Amino acid sequence: MDKIKGIAHKYGNNINTDIITPGKYMELSIEEMAKHAMEGVDPEFYSKVKEGDILVAENNFGSGSSRETAPQALKQAGIAIIIAKSYARIFYRNAINIGLAALELKEAEEILDRDELEVDMQAGTIFNLTQGKTYRFTPLPDRLLTMLEAGGLVAQLEQS
Amino acid sequence: MAMTLAEKILAAKAGKECVIPGEIVMVPVDCAMMTDILGPRIFAEQIEKLGKPIKNPAGAVVIADHYTPAATEHQSEIVKFSREWCLKHGVSFIELEGPCHQLLAEKGYSYPGSILVGTDSHSCTAGAFGCFATGIGSTEMLGVLVNGEIWFKVPESIRIEWKGSLAKGVYAKDIILQTIGEIGHAGATYCSMEFFGDTIESLSMDERMCIANMAVEAGAKVGLIAADQKTVDYLKYHDISQAENAPLYCADPDACYARRLVFDASDLVPVAACPHEVDNVKPVQDIAGLKVDQVYIGSCTGGRLNDLRIAAKMLQGKQVSKKIRLLVSPSSQRVWREALEEGLLKALSDAGSVVLAPTCGACLGLHSGTIGKGEVCVSTTNRNFIGRMGSKHGDVYLVSAATAAATALEGCITDPRAFL
Repeated sequence: MDKIKGIAHKYGNNINTDIITPGKYMELSIEEMAKHAMEGVDPEFYSKVKEGDILVAENNFGSGSSRETAPQALKQAGIAIIIAKSYARIFYRNAINIGLAALELKEAEEILDRDELEVDMQAGTIFNLTQGKTYRFTPLPDRLLTMLEAGGLVAQLEQS
Repeated sequence: MAMTLAEKILAAKAGKECVIPGEIVMVPVDCAMMTDILGPRIFAEQIEKLGKPIKNPAGAVVIADHYTPAATEHQSEIVKFSREWCLKHGVSFIELEGPCHQLLAEKGYSYPGSILVGTDSHSCTAGAFGCFATGIGSTEMLGVLVNGEIWFKVPESIRIEWKGSLAKGVYAKDIILQTIGEIGHAGATYCSMEFFGDTIESLSMDERMCIANMAVEAGAKVGLIAADQKTVDYLKYHDISQAENAPLYCADPDACYARRLVFDASDLVPVAACPHEVDNVKPVQDIAGLKVDQVYIGSCTGGRLNDLRIAAKMLQGKQVSKKIRLLVSPSSQRVWREALEEGLLKALSDAGSVVLAPTCGACLGLHSGTIGKGEVCVSTTNRNFIGRMGSKHGDVYLVSAATAAATALEGCITDPRAFL
């Protein structure tokens, strides 16, 4: 995968899936649902995210409901990568399955809102261009990187 | 080698002598459960494109519970789509009978030693039957439908022991809320939470399901309770064939647990999970007097016959406060009928509550009890996240059916022990 460069949108702990995609919008298409993503904590989310931006959060990102619409809506809104200190397990697996990279970074709290980041998925490095810092993370195994590159599990199955 | 409950089930299903935490095992799926909201409508197109058949249609079931009774045309269309998809693929379809986890128990999909996955995070409820049960995403489900199996990383296990007798007015809901308050909402992430002790053994299956149901609120993969004679009796009562020869696994005394917690049940008081996190647990008496707009008794966590009996007994011959509305949604059509036959619905209705259809509706703010801006809801459900039951400017307090009933009588948060 190529390096990904984008602006960080920073959130705190315990951003659950009811915040990412509230239940009341679940009837909508992903395109429409994405317009309400993160509404509970940040009503401006959809309007400020640009294609290729990066969502940064702290602990327990994606807890709660198993709704896969949560990573789908973030991806639809333009988020290219999620960086968090830790994830809830169903969300983490859902994100990779639908082709949205989710990275674990213990220094995630050092990243500030609007920092410009450059992520090298293969090397396992994140360069914070705004702060001039470099962070290291354990790269995903090749098998998952290939799945992400294909666009997720289904896209990969279609190719094979 | 000594094993925990989770390890025993996974080892048996993977056909291995033993398994250890961190090891990845491939296991056949006995039950693949999908809901209306996160089921066929999400992956139908993709499965069609793949052109592969469903490996084990007999082990799959779609339960329309979130959008039933449908509140809008669109919800109705989603249910219709799910129904037609099931017909086409030879998959069982259930609608309008109530929240999926209760139905899985009543209809024999949750049984000891089996593997159950569902597109709903509270699928861990079936752990009350000694079933390795967990929530998965819709794409993951597509893989399960096509392959008939799933891989799991063997989880580390946390041993949670509850000893002694519960005081009057304290129930299974208080046990699980107190446990989550102690462990934290991410404290059991990826783990198997395993509940032991004479307190747990003394609980009915209704109460055990309430406990296993909320394991995911501490981040757990599964919440397990060893199957015993009560489990077998429940299955027999519901005419479930798996009652015969059900493996009653016990954890080995020297099994390796990542963490061990011991609680004394006699110290426990009625508790509430306060906004907006499930681990924000406080004694009810500390928040007593707080003004409430709606009380909700229902869901896959707190609408079982046991809950309705507790509430009906407290409300019998009394009137709920005029300041609040009390909504009751039995957790299945079967529970609804049993409550009717026992006279519970009459007692609840006479006291001024409104008895609704069995549904997931209000719990996640879809319909049938959505709260408005600035409103406070005291609920027997499982999540109090921002906006969970409706407005993001509303507050949800999670409690037992007894605390909910006492609150309904007084119109403000009330410790139920005063009414017993």
